[in-house]
Amino acid sequence: MTNTLNLFIGLAMGLNLLALASSRLPSVIRAAAVQGMVLGILPLLLEHEFNWLVGVVAVGTMAVKGFVIPHLLRRALRAANIDREVRPLIPYVPSLLLGAAATIGAVALSGALPLRPEQAGSLLVPGSFATVVAGFLMLVGRTKAISQVCGYLILENGIYLFGLLLINSTPLLVETGILLDLTVAVFVIGIIMDRIQKEFDSLDSNKLTTLRE
Amino acid sequence: MIELVLIIVPLLLGLVAFVWPQERTRSWLLPVGGGLHGAASVWLLVSPQGPVAGAWFGFDPIARAVLPMISLLFFVCSWYAVPYLRLRPERRNRTFVAALLVLLGFLSLAIQAQHLGLLWVAAEAATLMTVPLIHFNGTARAFEASWKYLLVGGTGIALSLLGSFCLGYASLNAGGNGDLTFGALAAQFVNRSAEEVRYAHPWLVAAWVLLLTGYGTKMGLAPMHTWKPDVYGEAPGLVGALLAGGTTTMAFVAVLRVKLVVDAAGGGAMTERTLLAIGLFSMLVAALFLLGVPDFKRMLAYSSVEHMGILAVGAALGGLGIWAALFHVWTNSLTKGALFLSAGNIRRAAGTAHQDGAVGMAWSAPISARMFVVGMFAITACPPFGPFFSELLVVRRAFATGSLFTATWFLGCLLFAFFGLTRLVFAIVDGRPRAAARTNAKQFHETAGVIVPPLAFLALSLWIGLATPAWLGEAWTAATKLFTP
Repeated sequence: MTNTLNLFIGLAMGLNLLALASSRLPSVIRAAAVQGMVLGILPLLLEHEFNWLVGVVAVGTMAVKGFVIPHLLRRALRAANIDREVRPLIPYVPSLLLGAAATIGAVALSGALPLRPEQAGSLLVPGSFATVVAGFLMLVGRTKAISQVCGYLILENGIYLFGLLLINSTPLLVETGILLDLTVAVFVIGIIMDRIQKEFDSLDSNKLTTLRE
Repeated sequence: MIELVLIIVPLLLGLVAFVWPQERTRSWLLPVGGGLHGAASVWLLVSPQGPVAGAWFGFDPIARAVLPMISLLFFVCSWYAVPYLRLRPERRNRTFVAALLVLLGFLSLAIQAQHLGLLWVAAEAATLMTVPLIHFNGTARAFEASWKYLLVGGTGIALSLLGSFCLGYASLNAGGNGDLTFGALAAQFVNRSAEEVRYAHPWLVAAWVLLLTGYGTKMGLAPMHTWKPDVYGEAPGLVGALLAGGTTTMAFVAVLRVKLVVDAAGGGAMTERTLLAIGLFSMLVAALFLLGVPDFKRMLAYSSVEHMGILAVGAALGGLGIWAALFHVWTNSLTKGALFLSAGNIRRAAGTAHQDGAVGMAWSAPISARMFVVGMFAITACPPFGPFFSELLVVRRAFATGSLFTATWFLGCLLFAFFGLTRLVFAIVDGRPRAAARTNAKQFHETAGVIVPPLAFLALSLWIGLATPAWLGEAWTAATKLFTP
């Protein structure tokens, strides 16, 4: 069981690096979407017997993260008529190296954090930390609004991964709340991006520089 | 069940506002919601019923110490909202009115939440509800502010979720059964030996750091304050008042609740040291930025960063310091209400919030300018207004605990903030109005509707400082007792 789990988490960690290294926005969106779907399967792997509530949450997560959100983002992409991020604040090779360093750091750090016996040996904690850092890097290192939203989604994926540590002991209500909030968040983000695009004629948040000291 | 009224009534009224057919009469739902909410919270303030053990939300001593202030703030702001929305017939107010009411509902839920997950969900929902309020003006600058708010606030709220998970995992490692109510979390760590909670401790440290960063972003503590000047500068005045008094208070309550759990697990020294450091740093950053900021609405944002720092310092000092911090929540929010509403009036009369354009406001908007000056003296802790008394208590607590360094730093920052605030306030009040501003000012009339609410806030700030009611002091004492076992 742990091996299959670790395989999926390793896949998600690889997708972090793919998203960090990619300059084409559609592939960044695809990386975030595939990662979301991979993580959506995990609750089913963690359960020993099938629980319909977990099943519903897993299917819901996969549908929202794998289809609804990428669809919204691709629509915004078409409307803005952009394809790639030309000049990010942190260039691609350094951000890839930083992401790789963060992955190694996450593995080292999680050695210091004691896990419960039934979860020992799982990559949940390092996977989660590496994904959070990768998302954060995209959030601060990119200038296009869509890349920043993808960064936020990857950050959320990392947190979701961490939440799986608790899935057996806390009510699923909290997990459902997370999914709901994520949907609303992307909805609001979508509207705002629409407006930014109308106002500035591009989804470049670098142009949002009127407000500063 | 009255505590449920505080949550359900604003949410339902928000729904009503969304389907309300008439544009002109819709804004009257705000005073109705504020009135009902205020009546319920006053009822609960005078006849407190302890929360049911194990309940997910309830009107506990901490909620009792701050939630009536939110009611009062919203109620006075709602009376300002009616004439304000009449001044802005060109903007549709459906989303604005509905979002204000829903925000009140979620603030009440977050402040009363006794469950780690519920607290987070309510805080996130309150964050999202703020976005349509910020871009009410529909300008490019307002969109920029909303975008930054979403990104910075969203990251903060994501970090607090990660922190909540860490805290949950710490409790599992200490032998917990997955009950995430704050009472149960704290109880797991009481009277346990260090050996027993050895596996929980690293997780507890991680949880405190992440939760303080996450909810600290919502509070606007430096260095996570970067969204604040943009948002307060671009949002309508009454939204600024509700953010500076309501949302920040909600985040402070969240930090206090987490501190209770971490303290129970023997992390008291850590929480106090980090809160003190981040509080003093926020005060310094705010004081330095206040010396140079050229925009009087952004100035209020830095002043808010400074006062969040004061709250953190008060909470770090413990005992009477917590009492002073709860007192300061009231005095700061009410005084900020007066400042934001009068700043909104001045902004309308001048057509800009920048000191280059807004000059001679004592002529263009005489009453608002006078209120702004008086409010400025109140917020810089001049007696006899409320902030003077609450900040005096924090300083006295600092001396009583022997931390001379804290007291000196604190007073030094207050002094610099005073220089910065007086510099900009007198720059916009004095002088001869610009020609452009004069024509603008002719279109703006200082009617009773936009004058009385900020005046009411000034009166409340005076009243709470000079004659702090015994029942309020008793509510703060009850909340402080939670922190001093």
